[in-house]
Amino acid sequence: MLDQIEAAAPLYIADAAAPRRQEKAIADLATGFRRWRLPAALARLDIKNRYRGSVLGPFWLTLSTAVMVVGLGILYSSLFKLPLEEYLPFLAVSLIVWNMISAIVADACVSLTSSEGIIRQLALPYTVHILRCVLRNALIAAHSLPLILLVFLACGVMPGAEALLALAGLVLVAVNAFAVALFLGMVCARFRDIAPIVASAMQLAFFLSPVLWKPELLGDRQVWLPLNPFYTVMETVRGPLVEGGVAPLIWLSAGLYTLLACAVAFAFFVRFRGRIAFWV
Amino acid sequence: MPYIAARDLTIEFPLYHLGARSLKKRILAHSPLRLRQDEANRVVVSALRGLDFRIGAGERVALIGRNGAGKTTLLRTLAGVYEPVGGRLEVQGLIGSLIDPAAGMDQESTGRENITLRGLFRGLDEAESAVMAEEIGAFAGLGEFLDVPVRSYSAGMQVRLSFAIATVMAPEVLLMDEWFLAGDAEFREKARVKLTKLVKDADILVLATHDLGVVREWCTRVIRLDAGRIVEDGPVEAVLAAA
Repeated sequence: MLDQIEAAAPLYIADAAAPRRQEKAIADLATGFRRWRLPAALARLDIKNRYRGSVLGPFWLTLSTAVMVVGLGILYSSLFKLPLEEYLPFLAVSLIVWNMISAIVADACVSLTSSEGIIRQLALPYTVHILRCVLRNALIAAHSLPLILLVFLACGVMPGAEALLALAGLVLVAVNAFAVALFLGMVCARFRDIAPIVASAMQLAFFLSPVLWKPELLGDRQVWLPLNPFYTVMETVRGPLVEGGVAPLIWLSAGLYTLLACAVAFAFFVRFRGRIAFWV
Repeated sequence: MPYIAARDLTIEFPLYHLGARSLKKRILAHSPLRLRQDEANRVVVSALRGLDFRIGAGERVALIGRNGAGKTTLLRTLAGVYEPVGGRLEVQGLIGSLIDPAAGMDQESTGRENITLRGLFRGLDEAESAVMAEEIGAFAGLGEFLDVPVRSYSAGMQVRLSFAIATVMAPEVLLMDEWFLAGDAEFREKARVKLTKLVKDADILVLATHDLGVVREWCTRVIRLDAGRIVEDGPVEAVLAAA
């Protein structure tokens, strides 16, 4: 019963003189995605273990996000002199999307080191560990995303049909999440100082990107915003929901940054895949 | 036909987080045997140094040698965990590894959940794993404990569960660490019968062990490792008699 599944590839060759790195990296990705059930089960397990014994479980994050949205909404709407029912939907989408992005980036740093025990014992595709990291963050985000709907209902605003484009934005975020988890997972496994650097960079990015403030506040300097990858990727989700759509330039920028992230991650993966087991 | 072929197989572990340069110098100065500096100025441990061997179908190989001789590293390399730094390795055949009993075991989940998880690790789906769970539960003698978190198992129960999960397979190339020969007295006989069958059905056995009784009983060939090198390789009695 057990042999049938793996019998397809029974010859394992590792030759240091002819490493065939690209071929192996592609095979790793293909096998990892084909076996998505494993990372999905591991991601569910991660969530279950993280909140074991807790009454609200992952809904604690929903609750704290809700409190933050209301608190910051009241404060900043008076600071920026914006009507609350106009500012609150913007802030809710911003904060929830940003929390999702920053949680993914933080978790990406441990995407491989947290699976150290498995990596050193079982010859699994590394893609499995990366997918596990992406999926567990997707599960966590899924607990907060419905809050957006709640805020929209409370403020009496509803986006039109263009809101469906936010789904395309979410796909873009997911692709980026995979690339970042792959890249940072490897770099952080090798250099243990990167994770704290990433954490402080993310904090800086939070204030430099239009999360709390609206892009219009920048005035003339708004034209530079499409250079900020955090802004453009976030905007592909936020724009369709609260601003009635996204400018083509933003889509273009977000798409280019995504391609860049994937290319860099893939290049690193091809070159250093064989070293990961020694790094973690 | 299953086979294992290694040519000049070399594994080196870089010691990345050594820190200060002076510390590095001191370590290198004091142990010139297996620690050395590679081209990129890193301190590396030579775990396996230029191994040449070929294991054909039907061979039962025992890896013996002192602690740290490289037995487990060689098993993990054969299993595909470590990619060789130098040389070439070919393994033909479905590999089954009994190296670490607890690999992929989640302490917070129940026995049944762990069995399903292990099934997924092997590429089965949930339904197939569920069938496997009953079989494993019965073999490990867990009874009602199958639905209790593994964390609350006694040490013996954990060993039994790990053993039962790990041995539900029919590999062509069986890689085994001596851990699997340990176990409590009551369970040992049952385990022995199961292992013997597993070993008989596999085309190749590579077993890392210190127990010469086991070597004589199960193996046809002995490879003795010392400090990452093969120092002796031959039929059981020839190698053991020389020692």
